[in-house]
Amino acid sequence: MSAKYIFGRLLWALPTLFGVAIVVFLLMRVVPGDPIAMMLPPGATAADVERLRGLYGLNESLPRQFVSWLGGLLRGDFGNSISLRTGVGTLVLSRLPATLELVIFAVLVACTLATGAAVASVYYRGRWPELWVDALTGLTQAIPDFLWGLLFILVLGVLLPVLPISGRLDPAYAFDPYTGFYLIEALLTGKFTVLGDLLRHILLPALALALPLAATLTRVLKGSLLDAMNQDYVTLAQVKGYPRARILWRVALRNALVPTVTLTGVQFSFLIGGTVLIEHIFSYPGIGNLAIAAVIQRDLPLIQGLVLTFALLFILTNLVVDMSYSLLNPKVLHE
Amino acid sequence: MSAIWPLLRRPRIAFGVFVAVALVIMALAAPIIAPHDPLAQDLRNPFAVPYWSGGSVDHLLGTDSLGRDLLSRTIYAARAALAVAFVAALFAGLLGTALGLAAGYYGGAADAAISRLVDIWMSFPSVLLCIVLAAVLGAGLHTVAIAIIIIDWTRFCRVVRAEVLVQKSQDYVASAITIGLDPARILVKEILPNVIPLLITLFTLEMGVAIVVEAILSFVGLSSSNVPTWGGIIQEGRLYVNQAWWVMAVPMICIILAVLGFNALGDGLRDALDPVKRT
Amino acid sequence: MSTLLEIERLRLRLETQPPAWLLRDVDLKVGAGQTVGLVGESGAGKTMISRTVLGFVPERGHIVSGRITFDGRDITYLPPTQRRHLLGRDIAYIPQNPMTALNPVERIEPQITDVLRMHLGLDKRTARTRALQLLDEVHLPNPDRVLRQHPHELSGGMRQRVLIAIAFACRPKLVIADEPTTALDVTVQKQILRLIRELQRQSDTAILFISHDMGVVAKLCDQVHVMHGGRILESSSADDLFARPRHDYTKALLAATPRFDRPGDSLQPVPAELTNRLHAETLSWDRSAG
Repeated sequence: MSAKYIFGRLLWALPTLFGVAIVVFLLMRVVPGDPIAMMLPPGATAADVERLRGLYGLNESLPRQFVSWLGGLLRGDFGNSISLRTGVGTLVLSRLPATLELVIFAVLVACTLATGAAVASVYYRGRWPELWVDALTGLTQAIPDFLWGLLFILVLGVLLPVLPISGRLDPAYAFDPYTGFYLIEALLTGKFTVLGDLLRHILLPALALALPLAATLTRVLKGSLLDAMNQDYVTLAQVKGYPRARILWRVALRNALVPTVTLTGVQFSFLIGGTVLIEHIFSYPGIGNLAIAAVIQRDLPLIQGLVLTFALLFILTNLVVDMSYSLLNPKVLHE
Repeated sequence: MSAIWPLLRRPRIAFGVFVAVALVIMALAAPIIAPHDPLAQDLRNPFAVPYWSGGSVDHLLGTDSLGRDLLSRTIYAARAALAVAFVAALFAGLLGTALGLAAGYYGGAADAAISRLVDIWMSFPSVLLCIVLAAVLGAGLHTVAIAIIIIDWTRFCRVVRAEVLVQKSQDYVASAITIGLDPARILVKEILPNVIPLLITLFTLEMGVAIVVEAILSFVGLSSSNVPTWGGIIQEGRLYVNQAWWVMAVPMICIILAVLGFNALGDGLRDALDPVKRT
Repeated sequence: MSTLLEIERLRLRLETQPPAWLLRDVDLKVGAGQTVGLVGESGAGKTMISRTVLGFVPERGHIVSGRITFDGRDITYLPPTQRRHLLGRDIAYIPQNPMTALNPVERIEPQITDVLRMHLGLDKRTARTRALQLLDEVHLPNPDRVLRQHPHELSGGMRQRVLIAIAFACRPKLVIADEPTTALDVTVQKQILRLIRELQRQSDTAILFISHDMGVVAKLCDQVHVMHGGRILESSSADDLFARPRHDYTKALLAATPRFDRPGDSLQPVPAELTNRLHAETLSWDRSAG
């Protein structure tokens, strides 16, 4: 794994991003119903519409519009949000850290749950923990993250009000962060009461996002573990006198991770897609929530910026998954 | 017909059929079953509590923020859910099957192009597609249906293609070719009937997926606001969840039952109809 | 010479419908420092014996009767926690396929040092020094480098040497070698056999050597047992066995083995008549065992 490899992969991502940019640009130009007309108050004249179209550069030819839009992107100018009247770049950047924290936290939760469940079900093969894990993964996979989020709100937020169900931080806390990464900042500056409240807020949305991924991971990891447990190197470990738990954690698990990451890699990017809904459900101030607001307001520049941001996130996720795959597999590492 | 009864003895299929039939009855007979007009507001009576916590028999499940009868709204919402899910699953199935048959049967360039398209399509997160589509098409039931078709045709395409490849390698197709039958005829007459059990399974599973997507899109306000939808009721209920949790709970139970029902039916049918497992 | 491993009238049955016998009254003795060969065609039950001694009775397998004694201690039904302290320290194992027996995602160093640290309580540094010494003993050039490598960077012969180093790491009393050369090239086979013999002489370890190759067994072993159908047909000293084979099956196996001293002889397959007779014997054994 070298810097050259990573750089090469990033370079490969450029055509993909360019493709997404073209699609987004074209789609937004074929929208039925004039978004400009919707921006103006009732009673605006045709001249008003025309003036605003000129302002947004919508009167020029499509290729020219595209070139100037793309040029803007390269300078970091994503245009202005129509509904919020702010720069799209600024808006997205201010909301992005919240989403990143949510996604990373959810991935950690999913991996922890899945590893625990898969190892336990293999360790207690044929006994009640395995039966429970199998039943629960089946149920968890059948119900999508959207419904898990709502269920959590209903059960853990309202019927047994143990956790907050909206927002990121209780406004009662005086917390004035420098960055958007609240969790990390609270942790580093030692503000543990704030950290506790942040964790309480992030727990339910993260769990809702994590559960379907955790179920898939558990199933695949369990299969890979059972496979690994039949390999010769596990027999050798047994013959060396390893305790069973140590064989599972130290020998089988490391080996099972390679096929698991290969088979589930794409699921990690699905989790990012899930943030759109989950953030909306939990009124969590990230870019997913922003995306739904933008669609409902038909705020085209904002939608464009967000779709590009999401595309970039997917590409980066895939890159990280690929990198972790080669880190786990020494054969790839040496090539 | 007699072949259907043994299937119903399988618990998963029985549960799935029960849920599906209940939903269809709810949707078709909504005007008869529903005690109230689902759109009739009664602003003097918002958030009436359900019967079990001391409410009136008139509003068994209570009312929402505008005093509309929750039971009636939930029953009527089954119409939107089933109609959208059925239409969307049907057309996603038709589109995916056509492309899957073509890719699997003709192979070569057609297969390469279609398979590549499916790969790209499936690696693109469906939520983004939904957002873009909704932005392009605007809100409404048709948006929801089109979004589902455009996202989910790949599910059918992939499976049908693989199945056609299997069928093609089997003797009866080879012998049909040797006696000089027309390829398109073989496709329709010989291969399609063998793919039908698979399509029934996929269609059933897709109904469950489509009901969820319909609920999601109506929840975020991208569906029609003129007819009651489960997602719409949940969206309302989410706003007032601290005053009236049951508003959100009732349609959620419907969705979860519908999803579990169609999943169970699909899985059960797959086990029952799969020729490999059957023999 | 004291007896190190003793197997007495061991009966192992697979509890399927109908049940199937895997081992039928097996008797076997390994003296301290002795090399004992176990020969037979594949499926004869050789590996089943080694796995049972190691405590890996197959799923649904059941020791119906008989006894396994190791170093004066009955280990037939030893619970896993106690067996762990025996395995790797007193009883070691050289696997058949070196290509798949090492953990592919771990470097060689921890795969050798773990037994030393676990069973002998060595600290990390001492264990490393000892591992280097072991790699030297199995004649691997550049041990320092090997410790840092992953299994896939080593050839089959090198991996088998690593596995032998692991087996002899704690100076065990018994090494079970399950066809340790079958998966290797002919030239490498000879080197590996020579190495096993050399290490055995140095450390006075007893070896239970499993093979289907009469020629290999002849060169290496003091005592030989011939197996077929989960039964031991003939046991005698290696010299006797090759000079005066008593059982027809042993004679047939010898006739099927290429001899370097008599290269002109044609090889004979085991005659069908003999196979049928042996099969009938197993069936009558099964009937009497019930």
